[in-house]
Amino acid sequence: MIDDGKATVTSDSPSTTPTSESGDEPATPAVSLAGVTKQFASKQGQVQALADIDLSVAPGEFVSLIGPSGCGKSTLMRLVADLETPSAGTVQVFGKTATRARKDQDYGIAFQQSGLLAWRTVADNIAVPLELHKVSRRRRQERVAELAALVGLEEFTGHYPDQLSGGMQQRVAIARALAEQPRLLLMDEPFGALDEMTRERLQTELSRLVRKTGAAVVFVTHSIPEAVFLSERVVVMSPRPGRITRIVPTGLGPDVVRDEVLRESERFYELVTEVREALHARPGAGS
Amino acid sequence: MVAGVLGLALVVALWEGYKQFGPESGWVIGEARILPRATDLAMPHVWEMVTRLLEPETSASTSSPLWLVILQAALVSLGIACVGLLVGTVVGLALALAMDRFQVAEHGLLPWIVLSQTVPLIAFAPMVKSWGSNIAIGAWEWPAWMSVAVIASYLAFFPVAVGALRGLQSPTVEQRELFRTYDAGYWPTLRKVKLPAAVPYLLSSLRLAAAAAVVGTVVAEGSIAYLDGIGRKLIGYGGQASGDPAKAWAPIFGAAVLGLLAAGVVWLVGVALRRYRRGEAT
Repeated sequence: MIDDGKATVTSDSPSTTPTSESGDEPATPAVSLAGVTKQFASKQGQVQALADIDLSVAPGEFVSLIGPSGCGKSTLMRLVADLETPSAGTVQVFGKTATRARKDQDYGIAFQQSGLLAWRTVADNIAVPLELHKVSRRRRQERVAELAALVGLEEFTGHYPDQLSGGMQQRVAIARALAEQPRLLLMDEPFGALDEMTRERLQTELSRLVRKTGAAVVFVTHSIPEAVFLSERVVVMSPRPGRITRIVPTGLGPDVVRDEVLRESERFYELVTEVREALHARPGAGS
Repeated sequence: MVAGVLGLALVVALWEGYKQFGPESGWVIGEARILPRATDLAMPHVWEMVTRLLEPETSASTSSPLWLVILQAALVSLGIACVGLLVGTVVGLALALAMDRFQVAEHGLLPWIVLSQTVPLIAFAPMVKSWGSNIAIGAWEWPAWMSVAVIASYLAFFPVAVGALRGLQSPTVEQRELFRTYDAGYWPTLRKVKLPAAVPYLLSSLRLAAAAAVVGTVVAEGSIAYLDGIGRKLIGYGGQASGDPAKAWAPIFGAAVLGLLAAGVVWLVGVALRRYRRGEAT
């Protein structure tokens, strides 16, 4: 559960600078939402996008948010990213306010559209956050090379986005999100625009990347198999107002290898069915 | 290139064809003349226009050939048009940046920018000239060509302001939000996303602005009686058209060449910035 091996080492030597995390206490959650509501003003008056959201994501944990359109799953992720502010309640990221965490670059983010800059090569796109944060050219080149290799694009670093397939563009976006070694990844339907084959391949790759980096992930998706395949917990949401109706633990920890065997296993089908039933259950009607 | 030559040949063929077969007195429906007269006065032969260019401008023995006079005038006008384009581009860009930065500026300025272009240039040109003639800083006096350049820039800034604003606002929601997550401020966002994204928009605006600067220069030269440029030649030779019909066409060719040169300048800018034009269909 607690992935931070370094913390255990430092706690043995009291002379080292004190950090917020120590091996003995439970680690600060990567994400923690308490009593969060979000209202939007619209022509028809106030729209309740989210109501009474309590959710905590542990460091290194992979959590998916799933639900029908309008259930507020994207809004929930955007609150964590500090792209929206809650109407009430608190959002904390590694124990800080969401704004502080954004300014400290505590998370990396990827959207359904890659948002790549058409006039920059793959390498220069990956380097954007590093450039903005004044990482030296040398260090940038090293890091870009590592990241390109990590997402299997080392032969395409000189290509421009319009020369890449949709799946490759999304890989660049993921590499860019990982550029500053964040301990949290926020992903809003990153594979939503891809064909099924590419999608499954990228899911496998993402799980490998996440295991390697040890980052926690908040993953918004429409796809039940995708959520089950990737996550340790699947958060099922319902609309009007957006709320969490159920949280399905998959029992698939970070060490479980995500591959075709898992996809075709009995357990996987059971979990898919469980999430589907949770999705179709009416809130309050009992499930 | 080949298509351009073919197009030119087609225009010549149409001209001569109409002149050969068209009605001498034009084609009149009621009071309105729908097609022009095909007389030598109204439509000189193409070869007459060309040979006229090679002859001296006037009958005076010291006179330079007409093409040289036209070329010199065109170069003077080109210089003025380039200054006008440059000033117009700077002003247009500055307005676009202000409108992009401040919503209130967009609401407050854009209607006036659109309105500015409805003021007739002919009415406006003499005013600019008279303002200019009142400006003198020490021994330095406002030269007349600068009035012309100001008028050219007045036409040129408009497409730049509108096009650049669209360009600055063209980055996608994802791109803008990504930069917000990077905690990038206004200037880094401008430099790394907004300006590069605006380049294709800016280039097509510049094409329009270059044409507008040339038109503005020629019209302003005519209406404020600036003698060195091609605009005044256009009016002067036009007055002599009854005696020397082919001569009146010479400055028109000169103005057309001017437009082509101005478009060429923009093309060169486009080549220099080609890496920002990947999304553009070429």
